[in-house]
Amino acid sequence: MAANQEKNRVVGIDLGTTNSLVAYMEGSKPVVIPGVDGSNLVPSVVALDPVPTEGGRPTVTVGNSARKALIETPERVIYSVKRLMGRGVSEVQSELKFFPFRLAKDVEEGEVPRVQLGELAFTPPEISAYVLRQLKRNAERFFGSPVTQAVITVPAYFNDAQRQATKDAGRMAGLEVLRLVNEPTAAALAYGLDRAKEGIIAVYDLGGGTFDISILKLRDGIFEVQSTNGDTHLGGDDIDNLLLTIALDEIHAEHGVDLRAHPGAVQALRKAAIDAKIQLSTNPVAHFDIELPNGDRYQREIPREVFDDLIEPILQRTAAPCKQAMLDANVLPEQIDEVVLVGGSTRIPAVRQLVDDLFHLSARGKKAHTELNPDEVVALGAAVQADILAGASKATEELLLLDVTPLSLGIEALGGTVAKIIQRNSTIPASATEHFTTGVDGQANVAIHVVQGERELAADCRSLARFDLKGIPPMSAGLPRIEVKFLIDADGILQVSAREQRSGQQAQIEVKPTYGLTDEQVESMILESFDHAEEDFARRLLIEARNEAESILNKVEQARTNPAWAQLTAQEQAAIDAARAHLAAVKDGSELAPIREATLALDKSTQRLAELMMDAAVTTAIRGKTMQSAGEELSDNIAAPHPMAPAEFK
Amino acid sequence: MLNAQESTITTTAPAVCWACLAQLESVLIAQSVSSKGSALFCPHCGKIQPPAGGNYFSIFGLVPRLNLDLGMLERQFHKLSRKLHPDRFARASENEKEWSLAQSSLLNDAYRTLKDPLTRTYYLLKLHGAEIGEEFAGKDRKDPSRVPADLLEEVFELNMQLEEMRMNRKMGEVDEQLQSDLQQAEKKFLALQDEVDEQLHTEWTKWDEGDAQTRETAQKTMMALLDRRRYLSNLVRDVTETLGA
Repeated sequence: MAANQEKNRVVGIDLGTTNSLVAYMEGSKPVVIPGVDGSNLVPSVVALDPVPTEGGRPTVTVGNSARKALIETPERVIYSVKRLMGRGVSEVQSELKFFPFRLAKDVEEGEVPRVQLGELAFTPPEISAYVLRQLKRNAERFFGSPVTQAVITVPAYFNDAQRQATKDAGRMAGLEVLRLVNEPTAAALAYGLDRAKEGIIAVYDLGGGTFDISILKLRDGIFEVQSTNGDTHLGGDDIDNLLLTIALDEIHAEHGVDLRAHPGAVQALRKAAIDAKIQLSTNPVAHFDIELPNGDRYQREIPREVFDDLIEPILQRTAAPCKQAMLDANVLPEQIDEVVLVGGSTRIPAVRQLVDDLFHLSARGKKAHTELNPDEVVALGAAVQADILAGASKATEELLLLDVTPLSLGIEALGGTVAKIIQRNSTIPASATEHFTTGVDGQANVAIHVVQGERELAADCRSLARFDLKGIPPMSAGLPRIEVKFLIDADGILQVSAREQRSGQQAQIEVKPTYGLTDEQVESMILESFDHAEEDFARRLLIEARNEAESILNKVEQARTNPAWAQLTAQEQAAIDAARAHLAAVKDGSELAPIREATLALDKSTQRLAELMMDAAVTTAIRGKTMQSAGEELSDNIAAPHPMAPAEFK
Repeated sequence: MLNAQESTITTTAPAVCWACLAQLESVLIAQSVSSKGSALFCPHCGKIQPPAGGNYFSIFGLVPRLNLDLGMLERQFHKLSRKLHPDRFARASENEKEWSLAQSSLLNDAYRTLKDPLTRTYYLLKLHGAEIGEEFAGKDRKDPSRVPADLLEEVFELNMQLEEMRMNRKMGEVDEQLQSDLQQAEKKFLALQDEVDEQLHTEWTKWDEGDAQTRETAQKTMMALLDRRRYLSNLVRDVTETLGA
């Protein structure tokens, strides 16, 4: 077992709904690894490049540049794919109401859904794999050596299928996933690292698409999760969708323009809604100001009080899980020593107020912890866990995470009821052994339906898999005794084994996962061979750096013909041209560092140009569209009243 | 068709280490029933071993008793977790990973069972041959047929009130009288629960310290108390959930 440094590093990855990050332990401190553009956050957005290569793998763009493509080529871009992980076709169908992308036409119920992206279709784990591969490359570029092992975080309330899908994505990206760690637990690790504290901690994690609450007991370096609860369908996305729906309805009602038929325009409006939401975390009021195709302007002022009232029903949905988690952990709000806030949505003042009320913080002279950046804290915790797993590290040798399973595991019994065999909030790994027998003489098969959830009927729970115990020796009914062992491993994923006790035969099990890919399918989706020999590696980095240089040079070349170019000052233009010439001169050299530096310098010098082009694109996207028939895509179930402040026309 | 039964540890102790084939010594823990555990790690090569026979008490090096020092149990749980948890074997061989998973799941199952006074009592009585119905296996099944006779009337009343409360919630109405009645009922049932717990404690000590005859009597009493206790905690949970929803 080598220490977690130099070669064979284990990195920690936060694979988020909106943004993803990769981090590692630098000595005794976790740090985020920036991408080539210097940014710590990689937007979880994947764009299919215009012309897919013949026969080979399609080429994709990930992150900030993919986000730019959202407005130009929305039909080739996918985001928030985490919401689709481990879900069935019909669930995804209803989810997609709020997104511009669609399922592939030939997808059938029972299959893993595929999302249409340009001329190709991808499963959600494949899309996530592209994001993971980008993070892997960022880390490799940073270390200058291959990275093949990772810890990936998942929402604590993720079920078995969602966890398996995340693990599959890691494998496709060429990463051995050493552990899936629950996001709130990771956050607690990041906070608990530099304080030798004892006590009870609550982690409130409201991210882009998921909500988790976890209650942990900290003692002697052991982080023992007491209970967890949440909603894998609740987050900042919902707030964005709400604002977007209201704006679309208002534009339709007041200006007679239905933007819903135009994905590019909807995306531009969504961006405006997100900006307004972010502004409202620091300002008492935010403004919408968008030019419409008919030349009108849609202008709105949203005071924070109006915003708070609007989002109240969304925020209230986090209250019940918090109460249930306290009940399950058998603690009262007063017994919670610290509350940690995680996830970008916890920047919203109304969220902080709600947390304060839920845990009686102000009343006790306490404040929730926000010292660590809520966007980064999960990745930092993942890096800590990665260091624990790598072993032989002084910084983390005393730490251990004991997590729990968020949902009860049960088997369908007679009459469709559920017999729970592992209760929710059991420390994992956890196991249960059950015995089964036959109901008919000579019966050779026994079918077991395994479900996850708290409801009393199997039909109301989440179906995990059907196990078919085969090859039972012929005996009278009730005589065979088949022992089945159910085990939830440290990743929160179910493993099952069985044997027939009377005959001593190892029973054969055929598993039909209700949602999810087979091993062979995952194998066929592996993005590229991850068997990078050391000597190849430096070469690959050089090639990648050259490609990157080539690509940015091309983009700048094109940009010079864009009207935005003329808006730059003469100095700005000169600076870009100088950086361009420098990169062109060094890009074919055999040294890696000069190419990277020159690429970065050119990227920096073109920042304002890129912004100007973005703004122009937004306007064109809206103006360029005609008013066609009303689209049915968005919001057939959100009937928005008219809650925003009156328009002010200039 | 499905016939689920109780869980037991059925693995038998191997005589030799799977890795270096050295002889493994069994560690005799106490004079009591089947409290025979064996080494978690091979004394020669230090490799983790598959779970050997024993019971949830012997995993912690304990004699089966009902009165347990919970602080000690937790410390022991943490100490063993540090050694056995899969996090310690993330980069080890497949065999070691497998045994760590088996050992730590067993440890977690054991801790979960023993730290809770009720599941601990069920478990120990079962270990001593008590016939315990399926519903005791933590399967969370409601059994309306077994209302304790002295509570019949109150339970009937309570269920009516709970139903009314749920209806009110659905309609968005608030009946303060009803709410306070339910809070009163909750208090009452909690008090009854405490009463049962106290009686159980008395029986625990009798069982822990008594001879075979005393144990048998204590066991019978405990079985009845457990029935009542389970019934009460289901009621309390219903009330708490309805009030807190």
